[in-house]
Amino acid sequence: MRRSDIYIAVMLMGIASIAVLFMHAAYAEKASSAHIALERGIVRNYMLTDIALFTEARYTRHPSMADLNTPFQDYPFSFEHFPSGSLMPLPPGMRAAGRQR
Amino acid sequence: MDFTLSSLMRRRGKNAALIVVYVLIVSLLGSVMFFTHALRREATAVLSESPEIVVQRMTAGRHDLMPASYADGIRKIKGVAEVTPRLWGYYYDQLFGSNYTIMVPSDFRYGAGEIAVGEGVTRAAVTAEGNLMPFFGSNGKMTPFKIREVLPVETELISSDLILMSGQDFRALFSLEKDLFTDIAVSVRNPQEVLTVAGKIRSLFPDTRPILRDEIIRTYDAVFDWRSGILLVIFSGALLAFIIFSWDKASGLSPEERREIGILKATGWETSDIIQMKFWEGIMISGTSFLVGLILAYLHVFFASASLFEPVIKGWSVIYPKFRLIPFVSAYQVATLFFVTVVPYTVATIIPSWKAAVTDPDEVMRN
Repeated sequence: MRRSDIYIAVMLMGIASIAVLFMHAAYAEKASSAHIALERGIVRNYMLTDIALFTEARYTRHPSMADLNTPFQDYPFSFEHFPSGSLMPLPPGMRAAGRQR
Repeated sequence: MDFTLSSLMRRRGKNAALIVVYVLIVSLLGSVMFFTHALRREATAVLSESPEIVVQRMTAGRHDLMPASYADGIRKIKGVAEVTPRLWGYYYDQLFGSNYTIMVPSDFRYGAGEIAVGEGVTRAAVTAEGNLMPFFGSNGKMTPFKIREVLPVETELISSDLILMSGQDFRALFSLEKDLFTDIAVSVRNPQEVLTVAGKIRSLFPDTRPILRDEIIRTYDAVFDWRSGILLVIFSGALLAFIIFSWDKASGLSPEERREIGILKATGWETSDIIQMKFWEGIMISGTSFLVGLILAYLHVFFASASLFEPVIKGWSVIYPKFRLIPFVSAYQVATLFFVTVVPYTVATIIPSWKAAVTDPDEVMRN
């Protein structure tokens, strides 16, 4: 068997694997409707506004509800000291609210 | 193609190292894209059920408690369908060093002294359903609460640090007066009128800040946009490494490769043949790395729950939700990744080969 045939076969296997992953993604997305509905039910019933990904500080736990002075909450010109605070940019709504004031 | 493969096999150590680095860069870039896109899709899908408007009261630039009279005033605004004052806050558990979010649902199904908790709380506080959980109130007194329910594990992304309790217990724990609330959730009859109602609330109560559902969703759009925040830093770091790596490749060929081109030219190969060979070489290395990197990125994000990103995202948090992301993958992401990684590398391999191929074979071999 020629080297090029082996290479082409390996590449085709790679492409087929990616196609399988895409099929898995499509299937998982369809199968997730019950999961999403459960989460949406909790958000609706408990009137939640944010996801619980960053729980270290109140303004990273609820970025959409954070104070307008969040970046300077300890003192003027204070730097962000929570790691996840540097992970996320300023919520766009906050910027708009800042302009109104 | 056979000749190109033989040529690559002659330098197998160098090329294997090249492919390993390339695969790592592609899988890192792909992981960032898959992870942020899936989180953003799930967050926006789920938070589309959040309150239409949340009204906060601001005092001296900070979020303050809301008197019940504000809710009565908002109720009178034309177009408002429902006004629900919300009671919620944070509790720092000194025993385990974790922060919890305490919420009071409007229809809490359990009685006084009972709570429902998220799965993350049971992990952090090493407890389970049926156990008692101690809370220190603002008066310093310890009150034990019985865990009546643990919220479903599949909902950890939104409920991991939640503790649900009755309004009566919440007020007793934080010594909160009866007519004070944290904020107010407002629903509007006609969704087209949300902005108008928000404007009316602001003019009626100038010390308030209405937060629209759209703003909440846009917040998560911005937080998990792979083109912003630290994810952009990770992304651009990997991209810069890739640019340096391609630049190194583009800036010149090794003496061995130059000699090979000289010999090929001397044996009658045309410049176009050499460029074609180098093109195939670039395609083979970048194509293989792209396929392997893409598969690894998918497995990392959707099967291993992006475990490599966990320390970055967890930061100083004690509670970190255990979640398996729903694989939302689009052709746009794959195409972007392809154009960012495969195309520059392939082009970068052709330029120096073309330079070597157009020079005199004798000179190429002597140099």
